Amino acid sequence: MEHAIEAEGLRKSYPKGVTALDGLSFGVPPGSVFALLGPNGAGKSTAVKILTTLAKPDAGTARVAGLDVIEDADRVRRTIGVVAQGSAVDVQATGRENLRLQGQLYEKWGPAHRPRRAALEERAQELLERFGLADAADRITRGYSGGMQRRLDIAMALVHDPAVLFLDEPTTGLDPEVRADMWAEIAQLAGERQKTVLLTTHYLEEADQLAERVAIVDRGKVVAQGTPEELKRELRGDAIHVDLDREYNGRVTSALTPLDAVRDVTVDGRVLRARADDGGRAVPLVLQALESHGVGVASVRVARPSLDDVYLKYTGRTFDAAEAEQAEAKR
Amino acid sequence: MTLIRQTLYMTLRHLRELWRQPWFVAVTLVQPVIWLLLFGALFKKVIEIPGFHAHSYIAFLAPGVVVMTAMFNAAWSGMSLIDDLNRGVTARFLVSPVRREALIAGRILKETVVVVIQSLIIVALALIVGASFPGGVGGVAVLFAVSALLGATFGALSNGFGLIMRQEEALIGATQFILLPLTFLSSTFLATNLIPRWMQHVADFNPVNWAVQAGRSATSAHPDWGLAASRAAFLAGLLVLCLAFATNAFRSYQRSV
Repeated sequence: MEHAIEAEGLRKSYPKGVTALDGLSFGVPPGSVFALLGPNGAGKSTAVKILTTLAKPDAGTARVAGLDVIEDADRVRRTIGVVAQGSAVDVQATGRENLRLQGQLYEKWGPAHRPRRAALEERAQELLERFGLADAADRITRGYSGGMQRRLDIAMALVHDPAVLFLDEPTTGLDPEVRADMWAEIAQLAGERQKTVLLTTHYLEEADQLAERVAIVDRGKVVAQGTPEELKRELRGDAIHVDLDREYNGRVTSALTPLDAVRDVTVDGRVLRARADDGGRAVPLVLQALESHGVGVASVRVARPSLDDVYLKYTGRTFDAAEAEQAEAKR
Repeated sequence: MTLIRQTLYMTLRHLRELWRQPWFVAVTLVQPVIWLLLFGALFKKVIEIPGFHAHSYIAFLAPGVVVMTAMFNAAWSGMSLIDDLNRGVTARFLVSPVRREALIAGRILKETVVVVIQSLIIVALALIVGASFPGGVGGVAVLFAVSALLGATFGALSNGFGLIMRQEEALIGATQFILLPLTFLSSTFLATNLIPRWMQHVADFNPVNWAVQAGRSATSAHPDWGLAASRAAFLAGLLVLCLAFATNAFRSYQRSV
Protein backbone atom coordinates (compact mmCIF):
# COMPACT_ATOMS: atom_id res chain seq x y z
CA MET A 1 0.00 0.00 0.00
CA GLU A 2 1.18 3.49 -0.85
CA HIS A 3 1.88 5.42 2.34
CA ALA A 4 0.66 8.99 2.81
CA ILE A 5 3.83 9.75 4.74
CA GLU A 6 7.01 7.78 4.40
CA ALA A 7 10.34 8.36 6.10
CA GLU A 8 13.31 6.20 5.16
CA GLY A 9 16.57 6.26 7.08
CA LEU A 10 16.41 9.95 8.01
CA ARG A 11 19.56 11.30 9.62
CA LYS A 12 20.23 14.75 10.88
CA SER A 13 22.73 16.23 13.24
CA TYR A 14 23.14 19.81 14.32
CA PRO A 15 26.33 21.77 14.76
CA LYS A 16 27.95 20.98 18.12
CA GLY A 17 27.54 17.31 17.35
CA VAL A 18 23.97 16.81 18.53
CA THR A 19 22.43 13.89 16.64
CA ALA A 20 18.72 14.54 16.30
CA LEU A 21 17.83 11.72 13.91
CA ASP A 22 19.77 8.51 13.61
CA GLY A 23 18.14 6.56 10.80
CA LEU A 24 14.47 7.25 11.47
CA SER A 25 12.03 5.23 9.34
CA PHE A 26 8.28 4.84 9.45
CA GLY A 27 5.22 4.84 7.21
CA VAL A 28 1.74 6.24 7.70
CA PRO A 29 -1.22 4.70 5.85
CA PRO A 30 -3.50 7.26 4.18
CA GLY A 31 -6.51 8.45 6.15
CA SER A 32 -5.16 7.41 9.52
CA VAL A 33 -3.90 9.11 12.64
CA PHE A 34 -0.32 8.25 13.42
CA ALA A 35 1.61 9.27 16.51
CA LEU A 36 5.33 9.68 16.96
CA LEU A 37 5.73 9.12 20.67
CA GLY A 38 8.87 9.92 22.57
CA PRO A 39 10.36 12.14 25.25
CA ASN A 40 11.46 15.69 24.52
CA GLY A 41 14.59 15.67 22.42
CA ALA A 42 13.94 12.24 20.89
CA GLY A 43 13.93 13.82 17.42
CA LYS A 44 10.19 14.04 16.76
CA SER A 45 10.17 17.74 15.96
CA THR A 46 13.18 17.40 13.69
CA ALA A 47 11.34 14.67 11.81
CA VAL A 48 8.32 16.94 11.39
CA LYS A 49 10.51 19.81 10.18
CA ILE A 50 12.00 17.56 7.50
CA LEU A 51 8.64 16.12 6.45
CA THR A 52 7.14 19.61 6.18
CA THR A 53 10.08 20.90 4.03
CA LEU A 54 11.37 23.33 6.65
CA ALA A 55 14.63 21.46 7.28
CA LYS A 56 16.74 19.18 5.13
CA PRO A 57 17.99 15.78 6.27
CA ASP A 58 21.71 14.94 6.13
CA ALA A 59 20.75 11.57 4.68
CA GLY A 60 17.66 9.51 3.94
CA THR A 61 14.51 10.24 1.99
CA ALA A 62 10.98 11.24 2.83
CA ARG A 63 7.79 11.39 0.81
CA VAL A 64 4.50 13.05 1.64
CA ALA A 65 1.46 12.19 -0.49
CA GLY A 66 3.87 10.46 -2.85
CA LEU A 67 5.99 13.61 -3.31
CA ASP A 68 9.64 13.85 -2.36
CA VAL A 69 10.03 16.51 0.33
CA ILE A 70 13.27 17.82 -1.17
CA GLU A 71 12.72 17.46 -4.92
CA ASP A 72 9.07 18.42 -4.86
CA ALA A 73 9.06 20.78 -1.87
CA ASP A 74 6.67 23.28 -3.47
CA ARG A 75 4.02 20.69 -4.22
CA VAL A 76 4.41 19.17 -0.77
CA ARG A 77 3.76 22.61 0.74
CA ARG A 78 0.49 22.92 -1.17
CA THR A 79 -0.63 19.53 0.14
CA ILE A 80 0.11 19.81 3.84
CA GLY A 81 -1.13 21.73 6.84
CA VAL A 82 1.26 22.27 9.72
CA VAL A 83 0.75 23.06 13.37
CA ALA A 84 4.21 23.64 14.76
CA GLN A 85 5.38 23.08 18.30
CA GLY A 86 4.55 26.35 20.03
CA SER A 87 2.09 28.83 18.63
CA ALA A 88 2.82 30.57 15.33
CA VAL A 89 0.07 33.16 15.55
CA ASP A 90 0.81 36.71 14.38
CA VAL A 91 -0.02 38.45 17.65
CA GLN A 92 -0.37 41.88 16.08
CA ALA A 93 -3.27 40.78 13.90
CA THR A 94 -6.79 39.60 14.71
CA GLY A 95 -7.83 35.97 14.48
CA ARG A 96 -9.68 36.62 11.25
CA GLU A 97 -6.73 38.49 9.72
CA ASN A 98 -4.41 35.61 10.61
CA LEU A 99 -6.72 33.14 8.92
CA ARG A 100 -7.29 35.32 5.89
CA LEU A 101 -3.57 35.84 5.23
CA GLN A 102 -2.85 32.15 5.70
CA GLY A 103 -5.58 31.33 3.18
CA GLN A 104 -4.31 33.90 0.69
CA LEU A 105 -1.02 32.03 0.46
CA TYR A 106 -2.75 29.05 -1.14
CA GLU A 107 -4.32 28.95 -4.53
CA LYS A 108 -7.32 26.95 -3.57
CA TRP A 109 -9.76 26.69 -0.72
CA GLY A 110 -13.36 25.77 -1.00
CA PRO A 111 -15.32 25.26 -4.24
CA ALA A 112 -13.58 26.61 -7.34
CA HIS A 113 -16.62 28.30 -8.83
CA ARG A 114 -16.98 30.79 -5.97
CA PRO A 115 -15.23 34.17 -6.17
CA ARG A 116 -11.91 33.81 -4.33
CA ARG A 117 -12.43 36.56 -1.81
CA ALA A 118 -15.93 35.51 -0.82
CA ALA A 119 -14.94 31.85 -0.64
CA LEU A 120 -12.03 32.64 1.66
CA GLU A 121 -14.13 34.85 3.95
CA GLU A 122 -16.66 32.06 4.19
CA ARG A 123 -13.99 29.47 4.94
CA ALA A 124 -12.45 31.70 7.62
CA GLN A 125 -15.82 32.25 9.29
CA GLU A 126 -16.57 28.53 9.21
CA LEU A 127 -13.26 27.70 10.89
CA LEU A 128 -13.62 30.48 13.47
CA GLU A 129 -17.01 29.10 14.45
CA ARG A 130 -15.85 25.53 14.49
CA PHE A 131 -12.94 26.32 16.81
CA GLY A 132 -14.98 28.51 19.14
CA LEU A 133 -13.25 31.71 18.07
CA ALA A 134 -16.15 33.46 16.38
CA ASP A 135 -16.69 35.91 19.24
CA ALA A 136 -12.99 36.74 19.43
CA ALA A 137 -12.47 36.75 15.66
CA ASP A 138 -11.91 40.47 15.35
CA ARG A 139 -9.80 40.91 18.45
CA ILE A 140 -6.02 41.21 18.32
CA THR A 141 -4.65 37.76 19.12
CA ARG A 142 -2.12 39.07 21.63
CA GLY A 143 -5.03 39.00 24.08
CA TYR A 144 -5.96 35.37 23.33
CA SER A 145 -5.41 32.65 25.92
CA GLY A 146 -2.90 29.88 25.17
CA GLY A 147 -5.74 27.51 24.28
CA MET A 148 -7.32 30.04 21.91
CA GLN A 149 -4.02 30.68 20.14
CA ARG A 150 -3.55 26.93 19.77
CA ARG A 151 -7.02 26.53 18.29
CA LEU A 152 -6.27 29.35 15.87
CA ASP A 153 -3.04 27.56 14.90
CA ILE A 154 -5.05 24.48 14.00
CA ALA A 155 -7.68 26.51 12.16
CA MET A 156 -4.92 28.15 10.11
CA ALA A 157 -3.41 24.79 9.25
CA LEU A 158 -6.81 23.67 7.95
CA VAL A 159 -7.74 26.74 5.93
CA HIS A 160 -6.86 25.14 2.57
CA ASP A 161 -8.26 21.74 3.53
CA PRO A 162 -4.94 19.88 3.38
CA ALA A 163 -4.79 16.16 2.67
CA VAL A 164 -2.02 15.63 5.22
CA LEU A 165 -1.93 17.38 8.56
CA PHE A 166 1.08 17.61 10.87
CA LEU A 167 0.52 18.38 14.53
CA ASP A 168 3.75 18.84 16.45
CA GLU A 169 3.03 18.57 20.18
CA PRO A 170 -0.43 20.09 19.77
CA THR A 171 -1.35 20.00 23.45
CA THR A 172 1.94 20.74 25.17
CA GLY A 173 1.63 23.59 27.63
CA LEU A 174 -2.18 23.51 27.73
CA ASP A 175 -4.26 23.08 30.87
CA PRO A 176 -5.63 19.56 31.34
CA GLU A 177 -9.23 20.61 30.53
CA VAL A 178 -8.16 22.47 27.42
CA ARG A 179 -6.13 19.43 26.43
CA ALA A 180 -9.19 17.21 26.68
CA ASP A 181 -11.11 19.59 24.39
CA MET A 182 -8.23 19.57 21.96
CA TRP A 183 -8.21 15.77 21.91
CA ALA A 184 -11.87 15.73 20.99
CA GLU A 185 -11.15 18.23 18.23
CA ILE A 186 -8.24 16.20 16.83
CA ALA A 187 -10.21 12.97 16.99
CA GLN A 188 -12.93 14.63 14.97
CA LEU A 189 -10.48 15.97 12.40
CA ALA A 190 -9.15 12.53 11.82
CA GLY A 191 -12.56 11.09 11.10
CA GLU A 192 -13.14 13.69 8.44
CA ARG A 193 -12.56 13.35 4.69
CA GLN A 194 -9.77 10.82 4.74
CA LYS A 195 -7.23 13.20 6.22
CA THR A 196 -3.93 11.72 7.21
CA VAL A 197 -2.76 13.10 10.54
CA LEU A 198 0.75 12.84 11.93
CA LEU A 199 0.90 13.80 15.56
CA THR A 200 3.92 14.01 17.79
CA THR A 201 3.53 13.83 21.50
CA HIS A 202 5.31 13.05 24.71
CA TYR A 203 2.04 12.26 26.44
CA LEU A 204 1.49 8.54 26.44
CA GLU A 205 -2.25 8.88 26.97
CA GLU A 206 -2.47 11.21 24.00
CA ALA A 207 -0.95 8.68 21.63
CA ASP A 208 -3.04 5.92 23.18
CA GLN A 209 -6.28 7.89 22.84
CA LEU A 210 -5.87 9.47 19.44
CA ALA A 211 -3.63 7.38 17.26
CA GLU A 212 -4.49 4.28 15.28
CA ARG A 213 -0.79 3.55 14.97
CA VAL A 214 2.13 4.61 17.13
CA ALA A 215 5.87 4.71 16.52
CA ILE A 216 8.00 4.96 19.63
CA VAL A 217 10.96 7.24 18.98
CA ASP A 218 14.03 7.10 21.12
CA ARG A 219 17.31 8.91 20.41
CA GLY A 220 16.43 9.61 16.80
CA LYS A 221 15.24 6.12 15.90
CA VAL A 222 11.94 4.27 15.81
CA VAL A 223 12.30 1.48 18.34
CA ALA A 224 8.82 -0.02 17.93
CA GLN A 225 5.71 0.60 15.90
CA GLY A 226 2.20 -0.74 15.62
CA THR A 227 -1.26 -0.09 16.97
CA PRO A 228 -1.32 0.76 20.69
CA GLU A 229 -3.02 -2.60 21.25
CA GLU A 230 -0.38 -4.54 19.34
CA LEU A 231 2.40 -2.83 21.21
CA LYS A 232 0.82 -3.60 24.55
CA ARG A 233 0.00 -7.15 23.55
CA GLU A 234 3.61 -7.83 22.73
CA LEU A 235 4.35 -7.31 26.37
CA ARG A 236 2.18 -10.30 27.28
CA GLY A 237 0.51 -10.20 30.61
CA ASP A 238 0.34 -7.76 33.45
CA ALA A 239 2.71 -5.20 34.84
CA ILE A 240 3.63 -5.48 38.49
CA HIS A 241 4.83 -2.33 40.23
CA VAL A 242 6.26 -2.69 43.73
CA ASP A 243 7.25 0.33 45.76
CA LEU A 244 10.01 -0.66 48.20
CA ASP A 245 10.50 0.95 51.59
CA ARG A 246 14.06 1.91 50.69
CA GLU A 247 16.75 1.21 48.07
CA TYR A 248 18.29 -2.26 48.13
CA ASN A 249 20.48 -2.40 45.03
CA GLY A 250 21.19 -5.93 43.71
CA ARG A 251 19.44 -7.83 46.44
CA VAL A 252 15.99 -7.30 44.92
CA THR A 253 16.81 -8.76 41.52
CA SER A 254 18.52 -11.80 42.97
CA ALA A 255 15.48 -12.41 45.16
CA LEU A 256 13.25 -12.64 42.09
CA THR A 257 15.53 -14.40 39.63
CA PRO A 258 14.51 -17.94 40.73
CA LEU A 259 10.79 -17.16 40.24
CA ASP A 260 9.31 -18.51 36.98
CA ALA A 261 6.10 -16.54 37.41
CA VAL A 262 7.72 -13.14 36.70
CA ARG A 263 10.08 -11.83 34.01
CA ASP A 264 11.57 -8.54 32.76
CA VAL A 265 12.49 -7.52 36.28
CA THR A 266 13.90 -3.99 36.56
CA VAL A 267 14.71 -1.97 39.63
CA ASP A 268 14.84 1.79 39.46
CA GLY A 269 15.64 3.25 42.87
CA ARG A 270 12.76 2.25 45.13
CA VAL A 271 10.55 1.04 42.29
CA LEU A 272 10.52 -2.56 41.18
CA ARG A 273 8.81 -3.47 37.90
CA ALA A 274 8.20 -6.90 36.51
CA ARG A 275 5.86 -8.65 34.11
CA ALA A 276 3.74 -11.72 34.74
CA ASP A 277 1.27 -13.71 32.67
CA ASP A 278 -1.09 -13.69 35.58
CA GLY A 279 -0.50 -10.79 37.91
CA GLY A 280 -2.85 -11.98 40.61
CA ARG A 281 -1.04 -15.27 41.02
CA ALA A 282 2.44 -13.79 40.80
CA VAL A 283 2.06 -11.11 43.46
CA PRO A 284 2.02 -13.39 46.55
CA LEU A 285 5.08 -15.21 45.21
CA VAL A 286 6.92 -11.95 44.65
CA LEU A 287 6.08 -10.68 48.11
CA GLN A 288 7.16 -13.94 49.69
CA ALA A 289 10.49 -13.90 47.84
CA LEU A 290 11.16 -10.31 48.78
CA GLU A 291 10.33 -10.94 52.41
CA SER A 292 12.63 -13.92 52.61
CA HIS A 293 15.46 -11.71 51.34
CA GLY A 294 14.70 -9.04 53.89
CA VAL A 295 13.31 -6.54 51.41
CA GLY A 296 10.57 -4.30 52.81
CA VAL A 297 7.56 -3.42 50.65
CA ALA A 298 5.55 -0.18 50.82
CA SER A 299 2.89 -0.93 48.21
CA VAL A 300 2.08 -3.22 45.29
CA ARG A 301 0.08 -2.60 42.13
CA VAL A 302 -0.90 -4.86 39.29
CA ALA A 303 -1.87 -3.15 36.04
CA ARG A 304 -2.70 -3.96 32.46
CA PRO A 305 0.26 -2.91 30.32
CA SER A 306 0.43 0.75 29.38
CA LEU A 307 2.46 2.44 26.66
CA ASP A 308 4.83 3.46 29.42
CA ASP A 309 5.62 -0.23 29.89
CA VAL A 310 6.09 -0.55 26.14
CA TYR A 311 8.48 2.34 26.23
CA LEU A 312 10.39 0.77 29.11
CA LYS A 313 10.66 -2.52 27.29
CA TYR A 314 12.08 -1.03 24.08
CA THR A 315 14.34 1.64 25.47
CA GLY A 316 15.37 0.20 28.81
CA ARG A 317 14.26 3.28 30.68
CA THR A 318 11.01 4.72 31.86
CA PHE A 319 9.49 7.64 30.09
CA ASP A 320 9.98 9.92 33.08
CA ALA A 321 13.64 8.93 33.31
CA ALA A 322 14.15 9.72 29.61
CA GLU A 323 12.52 13.11 30.05
CA ALA A 324 14.65 13.89 33.08
CA GLU A 325 17.77 12.80 31.19
CA GLN A 326 16.88 15.21 28.38
CA ALA A 327 16.28 18.05 30.79
CA GLU A 328 19.67 17.32 32.32
CA ALA A 329 21.40 17.30 28.91
CA LYS A 330 19.91 20.66 28.07
CA ARG A 331 21.48 22.35 31.06
CA MET B 1 1.36 36.89 -10.80
CA THR B 2 1.52 34.74 -7.70
CA LEU B 3 4.62 36.58 -6.56
CA ILE B 4 2.99 39.98 -7.00
CA ARG B 5 -0.17 38.88 -5.21
CA GLN B 6 1.74 37.35 -2.32
CA THR B 7 3.95 40.43 -2.05
CA LEU B 8 0.82 42.56 -1.85
CA TYR B 9 -0.63 40.43 0.97
CA MET B 10 2.61 40.61 2.92
CA THR B 11 2.90 44.36 2.40
CA LEU B 12 -0.66 44.83 3.62
CA ARG B 13 0.15 42.80 6.72
CA HIS B 14 3.05 45.09 7.62
CA LEU B 15 1.16 48.26 6.74
CA ARG B 16 -1.65 47.13 9.02
CA GLU B 17 0.86 46.79 11.86
CA LEU B 18 2.03 50.30 11.11
CA TRP B 19 -1.53 51.59 10.95
CA ARG B 20 -2.14 50.21 14.44
CA GLN B 21 0.94 51.95 15.84
CA PRO B 22 1.03 55.27 13.98
CA TRP B 23 2.96 56.87 16.84
CA PHE B 24 5.87 54.77 15.67
CA VAL B 25 6.36 57.07 12.67
CA ALA B 26 6.26 60.05 15.01
CA VAL B 27 8.85 58.55 17.36
CA THR B 28 11.23 57.81 14.51
CA LEU B 29 10.95 61.45 13.42
CA VAL B 30 12.47 62.79 16.64
CA GLN B 31 16.01 62.14 15.48
CA PRO B 32 15.76 63.73 12.01
CA VAL B 33 14.02 66.76 13.48
CA ILE B 34 16.94 67.19 15.87
CA TRP B 35 19.38 66.88 13.00
CA LEU B 36 17.50 69.31 10.85
CA LEU B 37 16.61 71.96 13.43
CA LEU B 38 19.38 71.79 16.05
CA PHE B 39 22.23 70.75 13.81
CA GLY B 40 21.00 73.12 11.13
CA ALA B 41 20.98 76.01 13.59
CA LEU B 42 24.27 75.04 15.23
CA PHE B 43 26.22 74.96 11.96
CA LYS B 44 24.32 77.77 10.29
CA LYS B 45 27.52 79.65 9.59
CA VAL B 46 29.48 76.84 7.88
CA ILE B 47 28.19 78.05 4.51
CA GLU B 48 30.48 81.04 4.99
CA ILE B 49 33.51 78.75 4.62
CA PRO B 50 35.13 79.60 1.28
CA GLY B 51 34.19 76.98 -1.28
CA PHE B 52 30.86 76.03 0.37
CA HIS B 53 28.47 76.97 -2.40
CA ALA B 54 25.08 77.07 -0.67
CA HIS B 55 22.65 79.83 0.12
CA SER B 56 21.39 78.30 3.38
CA TYR B 57 22.69 75.44 5.51
CA ILE B 58 19.21 74.11 6.27
CA ALA B 59 18.47 73.87 2.56
CA PHE B 60 21.83 72.13 2.07
CA LEU B 61 21.22 69.76 4.98
CA ALA B 62 17.57 68.85 4.31
CA PRO B 63 18.16 66.34 1.45
CA GLY B 64 20.87 64.71 3.58
CA VAL B 65 18.49 64.38 6.52
CA VAL B 66 15.82 62.86 4.26
CA VAL B 67 18.32 60.28 3.00
CA MET B 68 19.68 59.60 6.47
CA THR B 69 16.23 59.08 7.92
CA ALA B 70 15.34 56.63 5.17
CA MET B 71 18.44 54.59 5.95
CA PHE B 72 18.22 54.84 9.74
CA ASN B 73 14.68 53.50 9.81
CA ALA B 74 14.83 50.87 7.13
CA ALA B 75 18.03 49.50 8.64
CA TRP B 76 15.98 48.26 11.61
CA SER B 77 13.60 46.31 9.39
CA GLY B 78 15.28 43.03 10.36
CA MET B 79 14.21 43.46 13.99
CA SER B 80 10.59 42.71 13.19
CA LEU B 81 11.69 39.73 11.10
CA ILE B 82 13.57 38.34 14.12
CA ASP B 83 10.37 38.79 16.12
CA ASP B 84 8.57 36.72 13.46
CA LEU B 85 11.31 34.07 13.67
CA ASN B 86 10.97 33.87 17.44
CA ARG B 87 7.19 33.64 17.27
CA GLY B 88 7.24 30.86 14.68
CA VAL B 89 5.47 33.03 12.11
CA THR B 90 8.29 32.79 9.57
CA ALA B 91 8.49 29.02 9.91
CA ARG B 92 4.72 28.86 9.33
CA PHE B 93 5.10 30.86 6.12
CA LEU B 94 8.05 28.78 4.95
CA VAL B 95 6.03 25.56 5.02
CA SER B 96 3.27 27.22 2.98
CA PRO B 97 3.55 27.87 -0.78
CA VAL B 98 4.52 31.52 -0.24
CA ARG B 99 7.58 32.68 -2.20
CA ARG B 100 10.61 33.80 -0.18
CA GLU B 101 10.87 36.88 -2.37
CA ALA B 102 7.40 37.93 -1.26
CA LEU B 103 8.37 37.65 2.42
CA ILE B 104 11.28 40.06 1.87
CA ALA B 105 9.56 42.34 -0.64
CA GLY B 106 6.53 42.83 1.61
CA ARG B 107 8.74 44.18 4.39
CA ILE B 108 10.66 46.40 2.03
CA LEU B 109 7.62 47.91 0.40
CA LYS B 110 6.30 48.77 3.85
CA GLU B 111 9.61 50.48 4.64
CA THR B 112 9.28 52.39 1.38
CA VAL B 113 5.88 53.71 2.42
CA VAL B 114 7.38 54.83 5.73
CA VAL B 115 10.27 56.51 3.92
CA VAL B 116 7.87 58.53 1.77
CA ILE B 117 5.74 59.61 4.75
CA GLN B 118 8.78 60.67 6.76
CA SER B 119 10.38 62.42 3.80
CA LEU B 120 7.22 64.45 3.25
CA ILE B 121 7.24 65.55 6.89
CA ILE B 122 10.93 66.49 6.84
CA VAL B 123 10.62 68.46 3.62
CA ALA B 124 7.56 70.28 4.96
CA LEU B 125 9.46 71.09 8.15
CA ALA B 126 12.46 72.34 6.17
CA LEU B 127 10.17 74.59 4.14
CA ILE B 128 8.63 75.96 7.34
CA VAL B 129 12.01 76.92 8.78
CA GLY B 130 12.90 78.72 5.59
CA ALA B 131 14.65 76.26 3.29
CA SER B 132 13.74 76.24 -0.37
CA PHE B 133 14.07 73.56 -3.02
CA PRO B 134 14.63 75.32 -6.33
CA GLY B 135 14.51 72.00 -8.16
CA GLY B 136 10.75 72.04 -7.53
CA VAL B 137 8.34 69.13 -7.10
CA GLY B 138 10.18 67.04 -9.69
CA GLY B 139 13.45 67.45 -7.81
CA VAL B 140 11.84 66.52 -4.50
CA ALA B 141 10.28 63.46 -6.15
CA VAL B 142 13.75 62.35 -7.27
CA LEU B 143 15.03 62.92 -3.71
CA PHE B 144 12.21 60.69 -2.42
CA ALA B 145 12.94 58.05 -5.04
CA VAL B 146 16.64 57.75 -4.22
CA SER B 147 15.82 57.78 -0.50
CA ALA B 148 13.35 54.97 -1.08
CA LEU B 149 15.99 53.03 -3.04
CA LEU B 150 18.51 53.49 -0.24
CA GLY B 151 15.92 52.57 2.38
CA ALA B 152 14.97 49.44 0.43
CA THR B 153 18.63 48.48 0.11
CA PHE B 154 19.27 48.79 3.83
CA GLY B 155 15.94 47.12 4.58
CA ALA B 156 16.99 44.12 2.48
CA LEU B 157 20.43 44.01 4.12
CA SER B 158 18.90 44.22 7.57
CA ASN B 159 16.49 41.37 6.82
CA GLY B 160 19.30 39.25 5.42
CA PHE B 161 21.45 39.81 8.49
CA GLY B 162 18.43 39.24 10.71
CA LEU B 163 17.95 35.79 9.14
CA ILE B 164 21.62 34.96 9.57
CA MET B 165 22.15 36.38 13.07
CA ARG B 166 18.68 35.60 14.44
CA GLN B 167 19.40 37.52 17.63
CA GLU B 168 18.19 41.01 18.24
CA GLU B 169 21.28 42.01 20.23
CA ALA B 170 23.61 40.94 17.41
CA LEU B 171 21.59 42.79 14.80
CA ILE B 172 21.42 45.94 16.94
CA GLY B 173 25.20 45.85 17.34
CA ALA B 174 25.87 45.35 13.64
CA THR B 175 23.40 48.06 12.62
CA GLN B 176 24.76 50.64 15.01
CA PHE B 177 28.27 49.79 13.93
CA ILE B 178 27.46 50.59 10.32
CA LEU B 179 25.02 53.52 10.32
CA LEU B 180 26.92 56.50 11.72
CA PRO B 181 30.21 55.85 9.87
CA LEU B 182 28.31 55.61 6.59
CA THR B 183 26.60 58.90 7.37
CA PHE B 184 29.78 60.74 8.27
CA LEU B 185 31.75 59.31 5.35
CA SER B 186 29.52 61.24 2.98
CA SER B 187 28.63 64.76 1.98
CA THR B 188 25.53 64.76 4.21
CA PHE B 189 26.80 67.52 6.50
CA LEU B 190 29.51 69.22 4.48
CA ALA B 191 30.15 69.98 0.82
CA THR B 192 32.25 67.27 -0.83
CA ASN B 193 35.11 69.63 -1.72
CA LEU B 194 35.53 70.52 1.98
CA ILE B 195 35.82 67.03 3.42
CA PRO B 196 39.28 65.39 3.70
CA ARG B 197 40.57 63.83 0.49
CA TRP B 198 40.59 60.22 1.77
CA MET B 199 36.99 60.60 2.92
CA GLN B 200 36.04 61.79 -0.56
CA HIS B 201 37.45 58.58 -1.98
CA VAL B 202 35.53 56.46 0.52
CA ALA B 203 32.40 58.51 -0.15
CA ASP B 204 32.58 57.62 -3.83
CA PHE B 205 31.77 54.04 -2.85
CA ASN B 206 29.27 54.93 -0.13
CA PRO B 207 25.64 54.32 -1.12
CA VAL B 208 24.53 56.96 1.38
CA ASN B 209 26.61 59.48 -0.50
CA TRP B 210 25.15 58.33 -3.83
CA ALA B 211 21.66 59.06 -2.53
CA VAL B 212 22.67 62.40 -1.00
CA GLN B 213 24.44 63.52 -4.18
CA ALA B 214 21.51 62.56 -6.41
CA GLY B 215 18.88 64.03 -4.08
CA ARG B 216 20.74 67.26 -3.43
CA SER B 217 21.51 67.82 -7.07
CA ALA B 218 17.92 67.12 -8.15
CA THR B 219 16.50 69.61 -5.63
CA SER B 220 19.03 72.32 -6.49
CA ALA B 221 18.63 75.22 -8.93
CA HIS B 222 20.84 73.56 -11.54
CA PRO B 223 20.34 69.81 -11.37
CA ASP B 224 23.01 67.56 -12.81
CA TRP B 225 20.72 64.87 -14.22
CA GLY B 226 23.61 62.73 -15.41
CA LEU B 227 24.95 62.53 -11.87
CA ALA B 228 21.49 61.86 -10.43
CA ALA B 229 20.77 59.12 -12.97
CA SER B 230 24.11 57.36 -12.47
CA ARG B 231 23.78 57.43 -8.67
CA ALA B 232 20.21 56.13 -8.88
CA ALA B 233 21.44 53.34 -11.15
CA PHE B 234 24.19 52.40 -8.66
CA LEU B 235 21.59 52.28 -5.91
CA ALA B 236 19.24 50.15 -8.00
CA GLY B 237 22.05 47.71 -8.77
CA LEU B 238 23.00 47.45 -5.12
CA LEU B 239 19.36 46.94 -4.18
CA VAL B 240 19.09 43.95 -6.52
CA LEU B 241 22.18 42.39 -4.92
CA CYS B 242 20.85 42.98 -1.42
CA LEU B 243 17.47 41.50 -2.31
CA ALA B 244 19.17 38.38 -3.63
CA PHE B 245 21.24 38.18 -0.44
CA ALA B 246 18.18 38.52 1.80
CA THR B 247 16.17 35.94 -0.14
CA ASN B 248 19.03 33.46 0.06
CA ALA B 249 19.49 34.09 3.76
CA PHE B 250 16.34 32.02 4.42
CA ARG B 251 18.55 29.00 3.75
CA SER B 252 20.79 29.97 6.63
CA TYR B 253 17.74 30.16 8.87
CA GLN B 254 16.38 26.84 7.61
CA ARG B 255 19.70 25.15 8.29
CA SER B 256 19.45 26.28 11.90
CA VAL B 257 15.98 24.89 12.64
